[in-house]
Amino acid sequence: MKYLFIFLLVIQVFGKEYPDGDLIIRKVDQNMSSKNRIFESSMTIHGKRNSRTMLSRTMSEGNKKSFTEYLSPASEKGTKMLKLQGQLWIYSPSTDRIIQISGNMLRQSVMGSDLSYEDMMDDRKLMDIYTVKVTGDETLGDRTAYIVELTAKVENVAYFKQRMWIDRERFVPVKEELYAKSGQLLKRVDFKDVQKIQGRWFPMTIVYKDVLKDGNGTEFNMTSVKFDQQIADYIFTKGSLKQ
Amino acid sequence: MIRFLFKGIIKDKSRSLLPIIVVSLGVMLMVVMFCWIHGIMGESLRLNANFNTGHLKVMTRAYAKDADQMPNDLAILRVDNQLKELKTAYPNLDWVKRIRFGGLIDFPDSNGETRAQGPVVGWALDLFSPESKESLRFNLERSLVLGKLPAKPGEALISDLFATKFHIKPGEKFTLFGTTMDGGMAFKNLIVSGSIRFGSASLDRGAVIADISDVQLALAMDDAAGEILAFFNSNRYDNEQASAAALAFNQKLKSIKDEYAPVMITLREQSGMADFIDYVDAIGSVMIIVFMVAMSIVLWNAGLLGGLRRYNEFGIRLAMGEDKDHIYKTLIYEAVFIGTIGSVLGTTFGLLIAWYLQTVGIDISGIMKNSSLLMPSVARAEITPTAWYIGFIPGLISVVLGNALSGIGIYKRQTAQLFKELEA
Repeated sequence: MKYLFIFLLVIQVFGKEYPDGDLIIRKVDQNMSSKNRIFESSMTIHGKRNSRTMLSRTMSEGNKKSFTEYLSPASEKGTKMLKLQGQLWIYSPSTDRIIQISGNMLRQSVMGSDLSYEDMMDDRKLMDIYTVKVTGDETLGDRTAYIVELTAKVENVAYFKQRMWIDRERFVPVKEELYAKSGQLLKRVDFKDVQKIQGRWFPMTIVYKDVLKDGNGTEFNMTSVKFDQQIADYIFTKGSLKQ
Repeated sequence: MIRFLFKGIIKDKSRSLLPIIVVSLGVMLMVVMFCWIHGIMGESLRLNANFNTGHLKVMTRAYAKDADQMPNDLAILRVDNQLKELKTAYPNLDWVKRIRFGGLIDFPDSNGETRAQGPVVGWALDLFSPESKESLRFNLERSLVLGKLPAKPGEALISDLFATKFHIKPGEKFTLFGTTMDGGMAFKNLIVSGSIRFGSASLDRGAVIADISDVQLALAMDDAAGEILAFFNSNRYDNEQASAAALAFNQKLKSIKDEYAPVMITLREQSGMADFIDYVDAIGSVMIIVFMVAMSIVLWNAGLLGGLRRYNEFGIRLAMGEDKDHIYKTLIYEAVFIGTIGSVLGTTFGLLIAWYLQTVGIDISGIMKNSSLLMPSVARAEITPTAWYIGFIPGLISVVLGNALSGIGIYKRQTAQLFKELEA
């Protein structure tokens, strides 16, 4: 009996079979990526001194093209951002200028949030820049998730290592930890309020926390998401910024 | 006797020439080094005080914790009221509000799109109040390379390195892009009134100077400022006075638990400045000790050689009945004369070299290229009142010490042996 118990324990510890990491990430991509999408969202930045909320509308095509217009508050209204093939432009109505963001500025926070421009810019597929390894599973709340470790296989990645907790049934991220090459934890991301939209599971709330920054994180709430819409080509041009 | 000894030193050059040369060279080096290090350190301290630390600084407690990161979201609110109270409470200090900020400056092409762009560190100063001394503190008039100082709101100065690199001329429009106090995007169009070069690599890499009213508008900091700085009217940092003022101010607010309550910090208490001030203060004493030890060893050696050379002379003087104490005393007197002559010569030449280094300076911009230290790019010596006498202390002591050590040999001479030694 004793030997049987030890045998079962060994099986439990060493014999756990997980699906291929690449397959898991591919399934995540099927849920999170789409040909194009239009969503409206609110971004609440919980700063050290106060919190503030901004509303925006974003149209995106794949991972490479995206256009965001800020709708409120009044100080940000009319500010637009265009991401196009690894480049980022911002239009400010108060100065009537289009400014390209590049270099070190990409590491700066977007609107004082816990997100950097670089976070918005990295449009490469995870499979293309990381090697994937499933390291275990864990129950988070009422969901069971695979723990997937992603290690960069190319240079110029914002985060050398990522740990993702991926829902075993829905194949959407539940939690994410982003690390620097030194092993320093940089950001923590929580994915909440997962809903089925047009046949795919999608997290409607994402909470970002830059662990190196004071404050209580940035909450990103999707108020409406529509996949596979008709988006006119001119939207993803610099000309649309001033319109 | 003094006249007799003096004549001896002048006429018998073999007795005085080498020690005088050694003392002169040593004193000269010491004076030059003292003025040089004092010049660099003093200038760096002044730069730091004028640009960053002030002699005293008031910030919110939260801002003070990360002051190096310029966290303007934690700035002082109702700053004008605070400034008024400080001016009333400490009338012997000049109080000014400032905002330090980081951001990007972007120059448009004819289509309004980015032509040139670069990261900057900015200073928002009170440039237009008639009583403001901020232009003087930043030495703006003399640092101006092109154009003129801002004369009205909406004008700003940019670093000449940036202007040269991107062919920017006065009158051109640019957009300052940064972060507002509440974390939003800040955009403000400004006009280049001129370009400046401070002579410090870390400042010249990318600096913008604008009036505080423009920056308050740009960063949505209405009646707010990151820092309030105070300067002594003498423009010299007095740690005792500064510490007393800070202690009294902080004591009054001790019971308030709000992390946005103001806190007063002295120049010495700001990042790395304590060590720096101690170093500047200690440098004179350290140099005197090092010089004295090294020179004493050299002059002791020279004295021993001289003692050997004057072996016969001391023998005859002893044989003629001169007292050993008297010979030793005359040796010390001679040392005082030699030390004085050497120190006068050394100080004169040292001051001349220091004066040259003070006037012309040495361009160290090459080594300071990537430095973040607030150091002048042309290093200059500074002749302080101390430099006029500092060389005399080691100059005299080392010769006297050297001769005193080597002269001990006089007491070892045996009178009974003298004639035998002289016959030989």
